[in-house]
Amino acid sequence: MAENILVVDQLTKKFGGFVALDSVSFELKENERLGLIGPNGSGKTTMINCVSGALFNDAGKVVFENQDITALPAFKRAKLGIARSFQIPKPFHSMSVIQNLLIPLEYAAWDRVDHHRLQEEAMEILELVGFQDRANENSASLTQVDMRKLELSRALAAKPKLLVSDEAMAGLSSSEVDEILEILFKLNDRGVAVIMIEHIMRAVTRFCERIVVLDAGKKIADDIAENVMKDPEVERAYLGE
Amino acid sequence: MTELFINAVVSGLLLGGFYAAVALGLSITFGQLDIVNIAHPTIVIFGAYIAYILNETFGLDPVLIGLVFAPVFYVLGMGLYRIYYYSFERTGQESLSGLAFFFGLMFIIEVCLILTFGVDYRLVSAPYIGQTWKIGFVDFPLRMTVPFIVAVVVTLAVYFYMSKTFQGRAIMAVSQDRLALQLMGADPVKVKQSALGIAIATAAIAGALLIIIQPIEPSVGRLFIGRAFAIVVLGGMGSISGTLMAALVIGVAESLISTFYGPSWAPAVSFGLLLLTLAFRPQGIFGRA
Amino acid sequence: MKINGFWIGVLIVLALGYAFTFFVDNEFYFFAVYVVLQGLIMAVAWNVLGGFTGYVNFGSAGFFAVGVYTSIALNKAFALPLPLIIVASACICGLIGLGTGYLTLRLKGVYFAIATLAMAIVFETVANNWEYVGGAAGTYVLQPENSFFFDSYVEFLFMVMVILAVFATALSRYLSISKIGQGLAAIRDDETAAECMGVPTLRLKLISASIMGGLMGIAGAPFPFFISFVDPLSAFSLLIAVNAIAMPMIGGTAYWYGPVIGALLLGTIQEITTVTISSELNLLVVGSLLVAFITLAPQGIAGLIHDLKNGRQKAKDKSHG
Repeated sequence: MAENILVVDQLTKKFGGFVALDSVSFELKENERLGLIGPNGSGKTTMINCVSGALFNDAGKVVFENQDITALPAFKRAKLGIARSFQIPKPFHSMSVIQNLLIPLEYAAWDRVDHHRLQEEAMEILELVGFQDRANENSASLTQVDMRKLELSRALAAKPKLLVSDEAMAGLSSSEVDEILEILFKLNDRGVAVIMIEHIMRAVTRFCERIVVLDAGKKIADDIAENVMKDPEVERAYLGE
Repeated sequence: MTELFINAVVSGLLLGGFYAAVALGLSITFGQLDIVNIAHPTIVIFGAYIAYILNETFGLDPVLIGLVFAPVFYVLGMGLYRIYYYSFERTGQESLSGLAFFFGLMFIIEVCLILTFGVDYRLVSAPYIGQTWKIGFVDFPLRMTVPFIVAVVVTLAVYFYMSKTFQGRAIMAVSQDRLALQLMGADPVKVKQSALGIAIATAAIAGALLIIIQPIEPSVGRLFIGRAFAIVVLGGMGSISGTLMAALVIGVAESLISTFYGPSWAPAVSFGLLLLTLAFRPQGIFGRA
Repeated sequence: MKINGFWIGVLIVLALGYAFTFFVDNEFYFFAVYVVLQGLIMAVAWNVLGGFTGYVNFGSAGFFAVGVYTSIALNKAFALPLPLIIVASACICGLIGLGTGYLTLRLKGVYFAIATLAMAIVFETVANNWEYVGGAAGTYVLQPENSFFFDSYVEFLFMVMVILAVFATALSRYLSISKIGQGLAAIRDDETAAECMGVPTLRLKLISASIMGGLMGIAGAPFPFFISFVDPLSAFSLLIAVNAIAMPMIGGTAYWYGPVIGALLLGTIQEITTVTISSELNLLVVGSLLVAFITLAPQGIAGLIHDLKNGRQKAKDKSHG
């Protein structure tokens, strides 16, 4: 039996009077591929902000590798092994592609990498993503799909045990979606657990072993992909009544 | 003692009303457009010098000059936004370069005023300056009362423009609710351009009011930077009614301090309040939590 | 290799500075270079927070003046030697940087900018009312008799300034090429992303703000002995605040050598225009250069040099490939 790497327990987050997450719980096993889906405004982004530490939750617990991380700031969670990519790419635009990767290697992954091999580590990740010949390019001038690849490779450079991928494929063509999926699969092969937030259902069903569905801040389904797709409540949430 | 206290409060309120006119433009630019126009108070001083020249040469009433020049300043403000937009906002460099740009602009205006007028204090003449109404033991010097009335009228006018007209609501929406703005079919660049125009237009009037209240020299503007920002932040960033309230509070606080502790401490009041607000309640005293 | 180059440069500058005190007799040159170096330290200090981290400080004159007044007070109360006074000023201004940073660096950058502006005015008000250090009327500071092994106290101060300028530049260079500097650059580019990549953003910003304050303090500490009469107008001069921003902006904020280039260039131009034309016109030149550079060449001179080098490199790569 694989251990739980992440446990989200009764998580609640309010913005003023608006309840964005209402006592949501779910678990993630080591090396698991989980999809987090739901209509716009259902609380997906709030959830990953609470998991990665960009927001603090009002009630409930987040446990990572049996350690309660609820009160830890984002940079400490990154050091423990939680990495995320952003829906709207946020490159360090004054730096080259490889310098972008050196930041997480020097900070988040610092305790887990050989300090004399940072350049090589970064190049290895770029090779994994198929980006090796772009290493010295200016990150601000990349195309949309390349920005997404940079987001993912920078998250990889943090040497995560859990990667949260926030709509890494929105707006990409079908073949580009396949490219990104391939990267995520490679990563998962290396033992990284993945939470995928996505609107492209084809990608979610192909990639994820299990799917959690949020609607209006509540969890309405948590099952293997096939069952979730047949769930009448999920259908209602997506299509309306 | 009570008489002194009440007189201090009244003159603080009069002063505060005028501060609202200075902070009004900044409330629009900083509070609503997210443009940190640190040069705004210096533009107010520029307006004051225009009032000075025309009053000196043609004997025109300063308030009238302010009102006449408001449209001219409106056009200047629109031009300023053009430069700001094309140089910084479009390329996402407003945070560092934009700030430094307005700082440089402030400096250039101030130096140009020094080169033209020198550092001597200048003042205007109008029949009401020097007169004082008395109600019981409370003094209402017209030098303060006229600017107070004009400032409050201008603030209320902007308030109603912002809340009741289509253009005004578009300005309120431009920073908070892009979607609503799109649904209204308004072009954000045009909306912001006219908003900065209005903000700078209020500086023409505020400048005219300033030179009625006190003689000016080019560097007086610097004292108003902190005051104006303090008022905007205290007032809850971009709320026009909050700006008026905060301006009155600052005016009264300064007046009390200078009556009871001496005028040399007065500048620290607004800046101190500003620092405390930033540290402990950045959403402002009159802002929503 | 590069490290050696830098330290050789440092030695050359120190040696040149020392030689200068031997071969130059006209005191005007010491005064002029002192002012340029003071601007250089301020520019380097400002850039640690403004250029590396992306947080604008409008209150540089306030930090500088706190250094000045700490110096006056310590001199008057204990007659401490200058090196100790410099260290004390650095500590106090560093703490003020830390405190301001702690209170406002968690907010959006513009709040920090406004807070520094406000702080400068609060300090100015305090200085105007603090009679012990002269109040609004100002105070005279006597130059100590002992000028060590220099011909005059001005020459001694000049050499102190050379050393402080070299120290500030070396510190800022170390910051920019170290891991901390990379973290600061990440914060400047995107703070949220930096935090998620493990960069302790608040801690680094506080370090950066403290160093900024401390360096401004050391720029101010020798000033009372240099100018011998200090009043709030000279200590809180707007020109100091403007130069602290204009020099890095013109020189290029992203590189450690940007503010150095900007300060040497702008400082020299200012000394020349002040002497030959007028001090007001000099101010106009600074302001216009600042605005022109920000709008037309936001990367500054260092950025232009960098692009030029890169362009050549690329052309080379192409001709080879």
